Amino acid sequence: MNLTLKVWRQSSPNATGRIETYEARDIPSEASFLEMLDIVNTGIIEAGNDPIHFDHDCREGICGSCSLAINGVPHSKESGITTCQVHMRKFREGDTIWIEPFRARAFPVIKDLMVDRSAFDRIIAAGGYIDVRTGSAPEANAIAIGKEDADDAFDAATCIGCGACVAACKNASAMLFVGAKASHLNTLPQGHAEKDRRVLAMVRQMDTEGFGNCTNQYECEAVCPKEISADVIAKLNRDYAAASVREVVE
Amino acid sequence: MASEGSSTTASNGALNSAIPPGPLPEKWTSYKAKAKLINPANKRKFSVLVVGSGLAGGAAAATLSELGYQVKCFCYQDSPRRAHSIAAQGGINGAKNYQNDGDSVWRLFYDTIKGGDFRSREANVHRLAEISVQIIDQCVAQGVPFAREYGGALANRSFGGAQVSRTFYARGQTGQQLLLGCYQALEKEISKGGVKMYTRTEMLDLVVVDGHAKGIVVRDLATGEITSHAADAVILATGGYGNVFFLSTNAMGCNVTAALRANKRGAYMANPCFTQIHPTCIPVSGDYQSKLTLMSESLRNDGRIWVPKSKEDAAKIRSGEWTAKDIPEEARDYFLERKYPSFGNLAPRDISSRSAKEVCDEGRGVAKTGLGVYLDFSDSINRLGLETIKERYGNLFQMYEKISGEDPYELGMKIYPAVHYTMGGLWVDYNLMSNIPGLHVLGEANFSDHGANRLGASALMQGLADGYFVIPATLPNYLAGQKPGSVTTSAPEFKQVEAEVKARIQQLMSVKGTKSVDSFHRELGMLVWDECGMSRTREGLLEALEKIPKIREAFWKDVIVPGSADGTNMELEKAWRVADFIDFAEIMCHDALDREESCGGHFREEFQFTAEDEDVKNGYTNAGEAMRRDDEFCYVAAWEFKGPGVPPVLHKEPLEYEAVELSVRSYK
Repeated sequence: MNLTLKVWRQSSPNATGRIETYEARDIPSEASFLEMLDIVNTGIIEAGNDPIHFDHDCREGICGSCSLAINGVPHSKESGITTCQVHMRKFREGDTIWIEPFRARAFPVIKDLMVDRSAFDRIIAAGGYIDVRTGSAPEANAIAIGKEDADDAFDAATCIGCGACVAACKNASAMLFVGAKASHLNTLPQGHAEKDRRVLAMVRQMDTEGFGNCTNQYECEAVCPKEISADVIAKLNRDYAAASVREVVE
Repeated sequence: MASEGSSTTASNGALNSAIPPGPLPEKWTSYKAKAKLINPANKRKFSVLVVGSGLAGGAAAATLSELGYQVKCFCYQDSPRRAHSIAAQGGINGAKNYQNDGDSVWRLFYDTIKGGDFRSREANVHRLAEISVQIIDQCVAQGVPFAREYGGALANRSFGGAQVSRTFYARGQTGQQLLLGCYQALEKEISKGGVKMYTRTEMLDLVVVDGHAKGIVVRDLATGEITSHAADAVILATGGYGNVFFLSTNAMGCNVTAALRANKRGAYMANPCFTQIHPTCIPVSGDYQSKLTLMSESLRNDGRIWVPKSKEDAAKIRSGEWTAKDIPEEARDYFLERKYPSFGNLAPRDISSRSAKEVCDEGRGVAKTGLGVYLDFSDSINRLGLETIKERYGNLFQMYEKISGEDPYELGMKIYPAVHYTMGGLWVDYNLMSNIPGLHVLGEANFSDHGANRLGASALMQGLADGYFVIPATLPNYLAGQKPGSVTTSAPEFKQVEAEVKARIQQLMSVKGTKSVDSFHRELGMLVWDECGMSRTREGLLEALEKIPKIREAFWKDVIVPGSADGTNMELEKAWRVADFIDFAEIMCHDALDREESCGGHFREEFQFTAEDEDVKNGYTNAGEAMRRDDEFCYVAAWEFKGPGVPPVLHKEPLEYEAVELSVRSYK
């Protein structure tokens, strides 16, 4: 198939970016979206020019590296998948496709479609963990955890940290990301001891990083490739409120 | 020297595996009881570099920091959470015997030794089986949401190559959940200041000072800056080399650079020909393809693998005239169930892969290219109901549908073997230290525990065992003899290596040829897949060894790396890695040529059972099965680099089996 691409090009973090047009010729419909970009890039490279840079690694929807907005939607308008899982059979001959980076103040562009998402790591470092020294763990079956709690924790834990939630939000809020981690750890008995400290620290770090506030539009939930429910935001708000009160009282 | 074709020479240079004395089940306990310790006040004076942030590297960095060492950790990804451990689907083995089905540390040890076709070290494998139990405890405490029973206890499933249910899992995303546990522990230590993390940073070379590994030279992938880091010890946890085949289930960035650079600086590369071809991957569909996708082996618990009995039926499926539904039960050949009645569809990976290749080579394949077999769930759906199958494998079925565009509930899956894991790697002793003092190697990057074939759900176990429990106990053995901080980056060796790295980058940038890096990588990958893939011959390997230098020559003459080295340049990153893959491929083929036997993932066509062999006549094994030659090849092949284009030199570590008896591996 033949397509026209409108791609964000930006040579370095402080350079001015612009949209460039590329023709994608003879693309097999079985190819993935990133393989389509590989084919276009081979043409660019063999002409001696700088290829379109984008983050990608596992190409099977789990590492969270890929971060393109396709026709204005982070990952793509298809639900429950990452950019690398988009296949060209979903497009039509002659389509024009707009490709941009995930945009947010807290995700500065590094080059072209690559952005810096290290703010997410700093939020996890602030409290997104259970503080257990290697070797100090009790016998694994010592604490029974009901299947429902385990499943809820798992559903929240499937977050791949891609940042689509932030890119889709008009406020560039990271509440779905933070809520998912808080919900994963706070749901489990192992995570109870640090629950208050965890939510306070993560939310404060999120604010420091320059992410916006949540105004309940649920765009994040709609684009999440792992279909994490916005319920985790409600849980985060509840846990945060309780922790804030206890912080003042104690 | 066994093979006249390879001009390598065996030397008597002794490899000391440093296996502790005593009865096998007591070695690790007594080792720990007697191991050297470093007092807490001194630990903080020692610094350690950890390259890689997957299960092995992340676990090591976090744990060493908890113990008080100053740790620097490096990864090429933009976050340590993205290391490729994250993509492991199926599970992690732990000899807990929660199912009361007869499992034990001994049985996990024995299964792993046998699964590895008797080419791994008993002492290392027994230690791994012992530690498997602690790993599960540790991960649960970190909040890893393993699958559970309604009563709240941990659930298990069975996995390829095992007759007990010892695999812990988190739906089809076990690797992700374990890595996130590890990543969170790492971020905790980063926030406490014990670990300094360098993301988007790739190690390009190792620095050896007075015979000891004392540092690395890295490139900042965002800015292009080349810098040196010195420390008291270096740990490589840089994963496997599956991408030498171009197409594999590895992530796009996985590479052999760190290990190969260490090899060039003197560390031996062990058993590089032991590569694992995973039986259940989505078949290749075209030459634009950039990678292959694994379908978890756990699917083999409920799926039945078959091809049509007749070539004509298979041809009708390939042409699209028929689907699986048009082939009646009696016209299907469930070849694994037929050949291996007691293991059936759960036969180990090497055996299952080779069987699939055989039936496709006979012309009975069902994918368009002829290279594909069915993995069929209709029996399980009838027996257990659609909902149960969805609950167990929903995300995998969805992934398959997204990629292939076909509904697997309705039509089954088409699968074919693909490169997945590499058992070979840098040679290490019992301390996980290479033959370069101070250089330690963990996880898939070392050769140690899986012999010639890895069993399912054992990679996660080994990565975490090495990182959480082995290296924290063995590293002090080395450090105790060192003066902390004795080497800094002002040593002339650092300047020298830095200059070499810069010169090589300059060389890559200045070729200014006409062909993309990928085109060379694809050519190399196809060559080693054909000649050093699922089956190998002496002729094929000799041919590969003739062609690889030509690929190298063409690469350095005609590769094009556009842009500048000062800043983000993904073609430059790839070019460096592919140049190393080309050099590595040669070592791999030398190893495959030298090993004149078939074992595990290494199948030499010249060495297989025939109808005339006693074991076939008495029904113990089948004609066409791999024939090991224990009298000559029961050793670890450790290869010493001797210079570009010069054949590597072989050093042998004989494998001694005290606790288990060497036997023909039968899964009938």
